[in-house]
Amino acid sequence: MAFRIGTSNSKCKKVGGNQKICVLIVDDDRATRRIHSALLNKFGVETQVAENGKEAVDLYRSGASFDLVIMDMEMPVMDGPTATQELRRMGVNSMIVGVTSRGQDSEKQAFMRAGLDDCHVKPLNSNTIASLLQQVNKNH
Amino acid sequence: MDRNHLRHQVASMRKSLFDQGYLDDQFVQLEDLQDDSNPNFVEEVVTLFYNNSAKLIRNIEQALANNPLDFDMLDDYMHQFKGSCSSIGAKKVKNECTQFREYCTAENGEGCITTFQQVKHEHATLRRKLDTYFQLAKQGHASG
Repeated sequence: MAFRIGTSNSKCKKVGGNQKICVLIVDDDRATRRIHSALLNKFGVETQVAENGKEAVDLYRSGASFDLVIMDMEMPVMDGPTATQELRRMGVNSMIVGVTSRGQDSEKQAFMRAGLDDCHVKPLNSNTIASLLQQVNKNH
Repeated sequence: MDRNHLRHQVASMRKSLFDQGYLDDQFVQLEDLQDDSNPNFVEEVVTLFYNNSAKLIRNIEQALANNPLDFDMLDDYMHQFKGSCSSIGAKKVKNECTQFREYCTAENGEGCITTFQQVKHEHATLRRKLDTYFQLAKQGHASG
């Protein structure tokens, strides 16, 4: 299954006249970045990775934009909540989904308050990814 | 080794990793992502896991050498380690991580030290088993 969007402000390269969904994966763990990239690529989605929140913010500052950001909660340099707050402060309205291995609702709620659209326990699975991508499609 | 016998051995070994509780469903998710464009995906991710977990184990060992023990720091390191275990479905290792974190919450230093030995034991055992499994699986592929 490949996801396409009709119109977008995304700067992802066009393929065959259609613009692929572009997702930014922000996680300090290489295995998790690899897994999430592979999951998303299976859906025909383009991915880019950042190792921490600062790299994600810097990408947006440099002019990049993404249809979906998958943001890990705990990262060195700049964590997920801080990066999310900064992106929202910059006016970024991309869908931002938090991921955390902390299962407690209170911790997920605190992360949500930073400006997330949703939050899930990591690693994500293909059903969750499919649901998120459908949401991205609806938002366009 | 006869091809069918080899394939049977690979399947049997894989089944035992699940039946004996070493792996959980997350490992199946990784296998589902392996295909012709990512033929060694599972082994790649497992390698990334072991590279990362080696660093975390060193951090925990250093933290356990402190006096007094900083249980918040130990819990934080073990939380990261447990999260890493989740990425490959390392079930037994994860269970030992949970036990360690309970000792952190209880501020039980001896419990932490003892359980950490179990964490390392299960971590090393899983590594040996997965190394053997991947080698066998490669032989199985090579035989056609």
